[in-house]
Amino acid sequence: MTRHDVQNSRPSQKNSLKRILLMGNPNVGKSAIFSRLTGVHAITSNYPGTTVGYTQGFMKPGDEIAEVVDVPGTYSLEPTCEAEKIALKMLDSGDMVINVVDATNLERNLNLTLQLLEKGIPMMVALNMWDDVGHRGIHINLSRLEELLGVPVIPTAAVTGEGIKELVENIPRAGSPWFPPRRHDERWMVIGNIVEQVQRVTHRHHTWLEHLEDASVKPIAGSFIAFVILVGTFLVVRFIGEGLINYVLDPLFNNLWTPVIFRLSDLLSGSGFLHTVVIGNIASGEINYVESLGLLTTGLYVPFAMVLPYIISFYLMLGLLEDIGYLPRLAVLMDTIMHRLGLHGYAIIPSLLGLGCNVPAVLATRILESKRERFIAATLISIAIPCAALQAMIFGLVGQRGIQYVAIVYGTLFIVWIALGFILNRFVKGFSPELLIEIPPYRLPLWRIVLQKLWMRVYGFLKEALPLILVAVLLINIFYALGIFNAIANFTAPVVTNLLGLPSAAVVALVIGFLRKDVALGMLAPLALSSEQLVVGSVVLAMFFPCIATFVVLIRELGIIGMLKSAAIMIIVALSVGGLLNLIL
Amino acid sequence: MSEGKLVTLRQMQSGQSGKVAQVQGGHGLFNRLNALGIRPNKRITKVSSMLMRGPVTIQLDNTKIAIGFGMANKIIVELD
Repeated sequence: MTRHDVQNSRPSQKNSLKRILLMGNPNVGKSAIFSRLTGVHAITSNYPGTTVGYTQGFMKPGDEIAEVVDVPGTYSLEPTCEAEKIALKMLDSGDMVINVVDATNLERNLNLTLQLLEKGIPMMVALNMWDDVGHRGIHINLSRLEELLGVPVIPTAAVTGEGIKELVENIPRAGSPWFPPRRHDERWMVIGNIVEQVQRVTHRHHTWLEHLEDASVKPIAGSFIAFVILVGTFLVVRFIGEGLINYVLDPLFNNLWTPVIFRLSDLLSGSGFLHTVVIGNIASGEINYVESLGLLTTGLYVPFAMVLPYIISFYLMLGLLEDIGYLPRLAVLMDTIMHRLGLHGYAIIPSLLGLGCNVPAVLATRILESKRERFIAATLISIAIPCAALQAMIFGLVGQRGIQYVAIVYGTLFIVWIALGFILNRFVKGFSPELLIEIPPYRLPLWRIVLQKLWMRVYGFLKEALPLILVAVLLINIFYALGIFNAIANFTAPVVTNLLGLPSAAVVALVIGFLRKDVALGMLAPLALSSEQLVVGSVVLAMFFPCIATFVVLIRELGIIGMLKSAAIMIIVALSVGGLLNLIL
Repeated sequence: MSEGKLVTLRQMQSGQSGKVAQVQGGHGLFNRLNALGIRPNKRITKVSSMLMRGPVTIQLDNTKIAIGFGMANKIIVELD
């Protein structure tokens, strides 16, 4: 699977592959159709704006291989946000468009369809969510629609795979009938005319799901529902995460892996540099997997037995909420609060993604319209939203000292999120537009899709985080051996010791935090810190500087200058808040 | 033509329906709303509004759309 960013790499134009673009309104199922066509799995959800970059794959409709591109959703060809700009840019590079249309929202979707037809690019229509049409009381005359549009119209249900074969078979029939460019009102007249001729809607009563849909955007009922869902999600995430650790992964490590490590330790004759790097310090016949700092001990235990369980439980629950379609409703409820932070409600979605990993979260800020909002959102995410890996370590290490300390860490980060947002809203120039989003219907999630998405995210974590964690552990050993940490510790002692009240050796964790924050927090474990010091260390580590992966994405999304501003804010805030906590606690 | 009462989307009661009469304000807002299908003469139903200058949610055909407070104040609706 290749996932690119438009700014970075122009799609390969050199080869003469036919390029098929999947375009359509947000949340009509483009990514689901893409997965069906190419076998490449793209992340799908039930909210507008899941796809913010573009994903490429290949298919073989006839004898020739064609390239298929999953383009971010757009309501019109006059872009209003970064993701829509990407969509428009893509249009110029395509040979043909499969316009994915939500059959349950024909009128609004046809607005884009007509604009695409006016461009004169060969296209066809995939009338998706066809399985949903019947029980919504909608009847569509397919042959008439095909006649009026002048291009093939194929009914599809991407989640079940219905109609995909026909879609592929009809690709050669794609055409570009002449549609004159029209003004908004003229276009709507044409659309109104088409809809009148092809669609018949029979009245029916609200289903229970629809009653729930309405309730979740009402002030009181909605707040209650949000409270139940968020608290419930948190409890389930903890329950599954802790369960996996206590009943699966810890026993696996202790019963199966520990004997292997001891054998290996004997083979390496119990000491020496190689022993330190591979196994680390094991004293008195017991392995402390967090503190030993060997590649095969800490290097595997942290990612697999501490972080992975929470990655699994968090992304399982996030995936469910995404596919049900709850998140946009949370955006509506949070809108008033988010306005005080210089954002609007939809910024809650990148922020929630940040609780998993800051990298996709910063990318997801593309659904926000203005540069100002994106700067504020990205900065707040990198400072105050701890990723799942870091949170797992906070629960694992700070949690041992008592749940109240975990609460202080989270409480501090939350206050910083609010307070800093307040301040940034005051001082960052520019304006923040208002919320304007489509709220999708609730859908019952399909387990196959939820689990597939979970697997993609878990695999992504293992592929991207595991090597970095191993590199971090290796570097720690090399730095110690070369005495580099001592030099840094001496140099930074005034700040670390006087301001933050931590032993000077704690700076090591801050340095390693640039690579991986989970490993970095683990490095605080052997320092015999008081619970208060551990809280200060965790908070500063969370806020101080983004990890390297987030750092790279921040540069890409905010530009060098934006990144420097953001980083300056991070350092100032982390040191002030750390110093303040040190005074209070 | 019988004229219904004109109110802003903000002033509309939850559950009331009407036709969009006018979108006040600039071209940008008009275009954004237009792209989502909110345009003069389109029939909409108000679903809810949040407290404290929160967004208004409307139903338009099979879609629900949440609209920020300020925008909702600029959309004039002719009640049924």
